[in-house]
Amino acid sequence: MRRDYKTYLRRFHEAKWDEEIIFDLSVPGQRGIIVPAAEAQMVEAVGKGSSKIPQGMKRKKLPNLPEVHQMRVNRHFMRLTQEVMGADVTPDLSQGTCTMKYSPKVQEHTAARNENLIDVHPLQDVSTIQGILEIYKKTEEMVCEISGMDAFNFHAGGGAAACYEGACVVRAYHKSRGDDKRDEIITTIFSHPCDAGAPSTAGYKVVTLMPNEDGIPDLEAMKAALSERTAAIFITNPEDTGIFNPRIKEYVDAAHEAGALCYYDQANVNGIMGITRAREVGFDIIHYNLHKTFSSPHGGMGPGCGALGVREFLKPFLPVPRVEKDGEHYYLDYDCPESIGKIRTFMGNAHVVLRTYMWIKQMGAEGIREAAVCSVLNNQYLMKQVSKIKGVEVYYALGKRRIEQCRYSWNKLKEDTGFGTVDVTKRLIDFGMQHYWQSHHPHIVPEPFTLEPTESYSKDDLDEYAAILTEISRECYEEPEVIRSAPHNAPIHAILTDEVDDFDKIAVTWRQWQKRIQAGTMKDA
Amino acid sequence: MSNKTIFPYIPNSVPEIQEAMLKEVGASDVMDLYEEIPKELRVKGMLDLPEPIRDELGIKRHIDKILSKNRNCNEYDNFLGAGCAQHYVPAVCDEIAGRGELLTCYGAETWADHGKYQIFFEYQSMMAELLEMDFLTVPCHCGGQAVSTAFCMSNRITGRKKILVPKTMTPQNLMIAKNYVKSAIEEQALIIEAVEYDPETGEMDLADLRAKLDDKTAAVLIENPNYLGVIESQGEEIGRLAREAGAEFIVYADPITLGVMEAPGNYGATICVGDLHGLGLHLQCGGAQAGYIACRDDMKYMMEFKELVDGVVETTVPGEIGYTVVLMERTHYAMREKGREFTGTQNNLWTAPIAVYLSLMGPKGMQEIGDTIMTKSQYAAMRFSQIPGVKVRFTGTFFKEFVLDYNDTGKTEAEIRQAMLEEKIFSGAALKEDYPELSECALVCVTEMTTMEAVDHMAEALQKAVQG
Repeated sequence: MRRDYKTYLRRFHEAKWDEEIIFDLSVPGQRGIIVPAAEAQMVEAVGKGSSKIPQGMKRKKLPNLPEVHQMRVNRHFMRLTQEVMGADVTPDLSQGTCTMKYSPKVQEHTAARNENLIDVHPLQDVSTIQGILEIYKKTEEMVCEISGMDAFNFHAGGGAAACYEGACVVRAYHKSRGDDKRDEIITTIFSHPCDAGAPSTAGYKVVTLMPNEDGIPDLEAMKAALSERTAAIFITNPEDTGIFNPRIKEYVDAAHEAGALCYYDQANVNGIMGITRAREVGFDIIHYNLHKTFSSPHGGMGPGCGALGVREFLKPFLPVPRVEKDGEHYYLDYDCPESIGKIRTFMGNAHVVLRTYMWIKQMGAEGIREAAVCSVLNNQYLMKQVSKIKGVEVYYALGKRRIEQCRYSWNKLKEDTGFGTVDVTKRLIDFGMQHYWQSHHPHIVPEPFTLEPTESYSKDDLDEYAAILTEISRECYEEPEVIRSAPHNAPIHAILTDEVDDFDKIAVTWRQWQKRIQAGTMKDA
Repeated sequence: MSNKTIFPYIPNSVPEIQEAMLKEVGASDVMDLYEEIPKELRVKGMLDLPEPIRDELGIKRHIDKILSKNRNCNEYDNFLGAGCAQHYVPAVCDEIAGRGELLTCYGAETWADHGKYQIFFEYQSMMAELLEMDFLTVPCHCGGQAVSTAFCMSNRITGRKKILVPKTMTPQNLMIAKNYVKSAIEEQALIIEAVEYDPETGEMDLADLRAKLDDKTAAVLIENPNYLGVIESQGEEIGRLAREAGAEFIVYADPITLGVMEAPGNYGATICVGDLHGLGLHLQCGGAQAGYIACRDDMKYMMEFKELVDGVVETTVPGEIGYTVVLMERTHYAMREKGREFTGTQNNLWTAPIAVYLSLMGPKGMQEIGDTIMTKSQYAAMRFSQIPGVKVRFTGTFFKEFVLDYNDTGKTEAEIRQAMLEEKIFSGAALKEDYPELSECALVCVTEMTTMEAVDHMAEALQKAVQG
C-alpha cells in the first residue's frame, strides 16, 4: 500500500561497518595485485630498469603503503561506499544551490565504459578524435542556443573554475583595449562565493552589495559603486534565495554604461532554462555548471565542468585549443593570439561534456523547458509545505514566487527551543535523508537551510521530505533529548568539534594523526 | 489522455500530477510560476534545438556511432604520454569509482557520508606516504593548477615574486601558470623565469640556476622526471640552493615513479605537486587529470592551501572517529574574496580509484611497476635508436618517456608521425612548437601497458618510414 508520510515515516538505518583505516588492515607480505613484468627478452637486453636510477634519486626505503589482499581491499572500499548517501539511494533535494538531479545511467555507462572515450588520448592525431570533437562542437552549439551566447569553452573543471576563467577573460579584454584602470569587480552577497573569490584570484578588488528588503541587491547602491575602475559585475540570478531579480536588465545596462562587462553566474539556471536567456538580459559572459544543470553525477565534489559562454567579441580571449569545423572535419585551433592561454590541461573533462550532450539530446527543447517548469513547480509546492512547519520562516519578498530553490530559516525554532539548523540536519539522516545545505557564508539569513527540489523528484519525494522536517520540528519542541543525541541511525555519532584550526588537533593524513597520538594531543580510535 | 510527453527523468511531467500541484500553489498555468520574470525577458516559443532522441536505446546507438569515429589506444599501439600517460587500471578501481552511492553523493556531513570522508582521508594518507610529506588536501583540477597554486603559495610565504622554472617545464602547465600568476593589478603579478637545461643530459643547468637565484626568488621548481622524461639527479643540490636563498623548493613528481625513485620529501621539497592521472584512472581524452599539493606538518604551509580538507575528529562516543573540516578560514567558501585563491568543485571522486590503486599496489607493487616501466622504456629506446638516423636525444636517465631525435633520418617528425599513424601507431608527441631547438624530435612514452610486440611493431614501422 502506498505510504502516507503524514502518518508513517521510513524506519531507516544506514550501514555501519565500523571499518578500519586501510593501514590497520595491512599484513606484511600480502598483496592486492600482480604487476605485469617486463618481457624476459627485454630484461635480458637492458637489465633491471630501475638499476639505472642515479644513486641520489633511488628510493632508499619503500613507501609505507598498506599490504592488503585484493578481496579485503574490495570489501574495505565496498563497505565505505555503503556508508555514503548518494543521490542514487536517497533524494538529495535538500542540497540547495547544487541542482542535484538524476544522472541517467545510460550516460554513465557510456562515459565510464566506452573505450572510444575512456581509452582515447587527448593528443592523438585529430583525424582519430573526430567523434569527441563532434560532441564538443555540437554541445557548444546547443548551449549557445540555450543561453544566447555565441561561443563556449568547456575546459574548467567546475563552476568556480569557470568563474575564474571568466575573470581572466574580463582582464584580457580590458587590457586588449589599453584600459588598465579597471581593477574592481562588483558582486552581491547572495551571489556565490566564487563570484568574489575567483575574480580576487585574478587580482581584482571586490565590492560586495547587500540585499534590500526584497532580497535583491540595491540598484542605486550598485550605480554608486560603478565607476571607471569597474571591470565587471559578477552576479547570480536567481540568487540562492531563489528570488529572481526582475530589474536585472537595469543592472546590466548601468554596468555597460560605466564600461564594465557583465558576468552571469548561471549555476542557478535550472528553473529558467528555455524561459529566459542571458543574451536577452544583455550579459556578455556566463557560466553553466554542466554537472548540475545538465546532469552529471557530483562525485562528492567533482569532476565537473564549468562551461564558459561569451558573446562574439570575447571569443578571441577563450582558452586554447578551440574546437572548430572546416567543412566535414573538426579540428583544434591553437591560433588564437589574444587567448588567455589555458586554465586546465588538455580539453577539460570530456566525459562531462559527453553526458551533457546526451542529456540535451534526450530532452530536446520541450524536455528542457519541462525540466525548468517542474523544478520551479516542485520548489513552490515544497515551499508551501515547509512554510507551514512550526519554527520555519522565509525571509525577504514574502508572497512572491521563488524560482528553483528557497532559503528558509529555523530562527524561530532556535528562539523557541534552543535547537538550530545544525541540530535539525543531524537528525535528518535518521529518516534516510543525507542532510540539507545550510547556506554559503556569511549566514545573512539566520539558522538557514536551502532546499532545491529539482525536476527529478516526485510529489511523493517532496511530501516525504516535508513530513520528515515536520516530525523533526515536533521533536525539537516535544522530545528534545532525541534531537540532542542525534544522529542515531548513521555510521557514526555527532562529532565533538565542527571545525579544527588548532595545529595540535590537525590530522588529515595517517602519519599526521600518528604524530598527534604520540604527542598526546589526539586519541587513537 | 493528453498527448503531452511524459519524461522518464521528470516524474511530475504527468499532467494530472502537475495540475494538482499547480492548484496547490495557487497557479492555473505553468507560466504563472514565473510571474516575477518580466515578460520582455522571456523566450518566445521553444528553443531551437536539434530533434531529440528520447528512447534509451536510440540515444545509446546515436552516441556509440559518434564515438566510433574515434580511434582508441587499445586498437592502436600507443606511445603518447606528455602529461597523460596510459597506465593499467585495476578492475577494483572501476568497481569502486562506479558505485552509485559514491558517484552521486555530494556535500553531506561526516555522520551521513562517513565512508566518503574516510576515502578522502585514506587517499591523503597514502599519497603522504608515497611523497614522504605530511599534509594534503583533496585533489585540485590538474597538475597545472597544482603547480600554479604552489607558485602563489610560495609568494604568500616568502613575500617574493620571482619563480624559477626549468626551461623543460611541461608546456601546458607553464601556459596555465603564466595566466595564473597574472593580476588585474599588474604590479602584483608574479614573474616566471626559465632556467636553462644541459643540452647533453636534459637536466637543469645549475650554473644558470645559480646565476638567476637571488633574494627575490620565491620558489624554484623542478619536475622529476622532467617533461622530456629525464630524471633530475641534482634534486638534492637544487633544493639546497633554493632553501639557502630563502626560496621554496617545489618538486613536481610523477607519483607512479615513487616506488623506485626517491620521495621528494626526502630530498628537500618544501612543496610537492603533480598530476594523479596515472594512479587508477583512464585516459578519458584528458578528462581524468587531477592535481595534488603536499607539504610538511607546518602551519606556515598548511595555512596557504586553497582546497577544502577534512581531518580526524572525535565523536560523542569514545573510540569512534569522524571527519571535519580543517582550517576552513583559508578558503573562499568562508572568506569570499579574502580566501586563498578559489576552490570549488574539483576531482573528489578520483580519490576513490586512487586510494584503491595504492591499496592494491602496496609498497612492492609500486616498486615493481617502476621497475617494469623503466625496463620497457629502456628497451624501447634501445630498439628505436638502432634505426639509422634515429637517436635518443638526451643522455640523462629517463623513467618512462624519452626524446627521439629524427634530425638525421632525412624525414621530418611530422612525416614520421604520419607514417606511424598509418601503421596504427600513436608514435609520440611533437616538441617543435614548445621547444624550437627540439624540432624534428618526438616525446615517446612507454609504460607497463606497452608490450614488446608493440615496441617491435613501432621499430619496424620506424625503420620502414626512415627508409621510405
